[in-house]
Amino acid sequence: MTRELHSFHGGLEFETFKDITNNIVAIQHPLPNRIILPLRQHIGIPSVPLVKIGEHVLKGQLIARADGYVSIPLHASTSGKVIDIGDYPVPHAGELEATCIVIEPDGDDRWCDIQPTDNFLAVDPKQLQEIIRACGIAGLGGAGFPAHVKLHEGVVNIVDTLIINGVECEPYITCDDRLIREKAHYVVAGTRMIRHAVQAKHCVIAVEEDMPEAYAALAKWIDDDIELVKVPTRYPTGGEKQLIQVLTGKEVPSGGLAIHIGIVMQNVATAAAVYRAVTRGEPVISRYVTITGKVGTPRNLQVLLGTPVSDCLKACGYEHNENHRVIMGGPMMGIHIKNPDIPVIKLTNCILVKEIQPIPAEMPCIRCGNCVDVCPIKLLPQQLYWHARTDNLEQAQQYHIFDCIECGCCSYVCPSHIPLVQYYRYAKTQIAAEERKRDGADHAKQRFLQRQQRLDEEKKVRPQTEESDVSTTSDADSDAKKSYIDAAVNRTREKRKLIQDQEKKDE
Amino acid sequence: MNKSGILSSPHKHNGSSVRAIMLRVCLALLPGLLCYSWLFGMGVLVQCLLACSSALIIEAILLTIRKRELAMFLNDGSAVVTGLLFALMISPLAPWWISLVGISFGMIFAKHLYGGLGHNLFNPAATAYIFVLLCFPALLNNWPVAGGIFAGIDTLSGATPLADMQTRLAAMGMVSEIQTGPIYGHFAGSGWEWINLTFMAGGIYLIVTGIISWRIPAAMLGSFFIISSFFSVLDPDIYASPLFHLFSGGTMLGAFFIATDPVTAATTPKGRIIYGCLIGIIAYVIRIWGAYPDGIAFAVLIGNATVPLIDRYTRPKVLGEE
Repeated sequence: MTRELHSFHGGLEFETFKDITNNIVAIQHPLPNRIILPLRQHIGIPSVPLVKIGEHVLKGQLIARADGYVSIPLHASTSGKVIDIGDYPVPHAGELEATCIVIEPDGDDRWCDIQPTDNFLAVDPKQLQEIIRACGIAGLGGAGFPAHVKLHEGVVNIVDTLIINGVECEPYITCDDRLIREKAHYVVAGTRMIRHAVQAKHCVIAVEEDMPEAYAALAKWIDDDIELVKVPTRYPTGGEKQLIQVLTGKEVPSGGLAIHIGIVMQNVATAAAVYRAVTRGEPVISRYVTITGKVGTPRNLQVLLGTPVSDCLKACGYEHNENHRVIMGGPMMGIHIKNPDIPVIKLTNCILVKEIQPIPAEMPCIRCGNCVDVCPIKLLPQQLYWHARTDNLEQAQQYHIFDCIECGCCSYVCPSHIPLVQYYRYAKTQIAAEERKRDGADHAKQRFLQRQQRLDEEKKVRPQTEESDVSTTSDADSDAKKSYIDAAVNRTREKRKLIQDQEKKDE
Repeated sequence: MNKSGILSSPHKHNGSSVRAIMLRVCLALLPGLLCYSWLFGMGVLVQCLLACSSALIIEAILLTIRKRELAMFLNDGSAVVTGLLFALMISPLAPWWISLVGISFGMIFAKHLYGGLGHNLFNPAATAYIFVLLCFPALLNNWPVAGGIFAGIDTLSGATPLADMQTRLAAMGMVSEIQTGPIYGHFAGSGWEWINLTFMAGGIYLIVTGIISWRIPAAMLGSFFIISSFFSVLDPDIYASPLFHLFSGGTMLGAFFIATDPVTAATTPKGRIIYGCLIGIIAYVIRIWGAYPDGIAFAVLIGNATVPLIDRYTRPKVLGEE
């Protein structure tokens, strides 16, 4: 049974540079001197720390809880002492600082108590999702969308097809390729678990044509229940919308989600993480990272989350050089990082070192339309650029700026060397900021009006309202907060006690 | 744009540049240019030299006045392309100062007043040509007869086949009869057939190498062919054959090199088809019912004016748009 493949508009074909690393076995990267764990390694709300400075934590221990639905918990990557909770540089296109928990490893790398789940098929899909959520799984492909959110969508809606994305379309990156080759059964078993969690009718695992070894490795573990598909090597086939188009011929609605056409997509690394989470109870604490480009010994490493980039580079024989730029991610969508102490996070698939080439001056747009020809979303990049440049944000939205996936194809072919993606990112941030401002103002206005109304009504009912009312409410608030904190502290204490008991037993 | 020195993704480029595109266009013009001068004399080469140097000098002056970077914009090759196109449109017999006057007008009014490279609405070369054509019609309509590269300046001169056809048809001549004259060749104007064929070859080279899209020339020549076939079938005595129109005057130069100027052409795929068709139809209308024997340059300028509208209403549906 072969699936009929479709194509998407535009895209690029270029040298992939995968052979630098894809035939070398990944090795475990040694314990670093410090682990820096950002509270936000996913799309959504940062998690909330549950530990204090000076506290000792165990590997896999929950150190920050999820805050709200679109948020995921965070776990310690190794055992050691929490030495700081504060702002550190994190991977971000704007080189921001954000709150991180810093752990000094004790060298024991001792696990906390973890709960395996036997026979996942007997578990209710919703509960399976909870397990996945509790293990801190964010889409490990690059966007970092909390996995459970996509899975939950799957239970609310009917899922026709689950697609496991092994299409690593960016040049240089081979971490998924290596993962599949080395842990194919994790991927396949994880796929079956996700399938159970979303109750998908069909299930496809897709890899690129230039990954024959990975294809063979997966084929060994697959039965008739999963379809294994090779897709043509073309950038950006690994993008969610593009891969859906290639595999099904369907288009994800503009402004909508894959689930709206009955599809859930997860990355192969996410599937492997789900396998670990379910069969062993292991949270996400490490991942495969490709260290490539101008380093001494390019290869894939299994890196504990929170390990500084500089550590990984050193392990691959790289010495700092003024003429190099370090990129987290691939050459098309990666982030240029100037501070090498930035940590590896859940979304870090690659660290690429490139020589700095003189950047040609930005020329005016000559409207050649090459960008139109390569845009996989069928946008008009030159028009978007025009509107973004002149802060004509309304027009930019009319030209669908939020459909842009920032794949970089347009900039890649631009003869005028215009950093188009940068303009789009800027415009998107501006629009979001304005919306927030407007929402904020609306919200404040609404609150004011409500308060006014309430006060008026209160005046009518109880002419002599005392000010003490206000303080009682705030007392109640703080009581609730206090009891919540107490509960959390107790939970942690209990857990720690359990862990200690376990340790005693182990000894 | 980014103060911290952070470089934006992508960190990779295909190596193309504006300069490379312009040089490719010059290269593609070369066969047509050589054929033209081979058939119509050294005057063509002299005009090219005059026009290109005028274009570069005027561009430099205007950039200096506008306080723009000289080296970057003089090196981008756009002025040379404007110069070449202008020289290939005017008569090789035109006086030396025509280039200077025409190019000055085109550069000032069609290019730099709009903001320079990339910002202009009208093609500078076509604007320059139309300007001198309107100001000095007698000088511009005096063409040499195809007599080989060594033919002197004062050899036979007169009307082009297109102009000749127009005047004689007006004098109640018949197409088949007119075409027996010495300035006519196998199917179009003598010599002009070869010039158009070589420009067409250069244009196809540009399409194959991805510098221009096939849509504009295909739409323009297609509509031109259809409309001229229609009238030719209707009454072959007063409407010349489509082949005559396709391979006379500036048809191929216009279709592959002037209408396709990226800055002034439509950019959406559908828009390019509409834009091309429009130019083809207008060019034919001017040739047959207008006062000017060749309407290509006028048609391109009218086409240019419609581009913002066309682009606006032909935006392709984005992925997943209803």
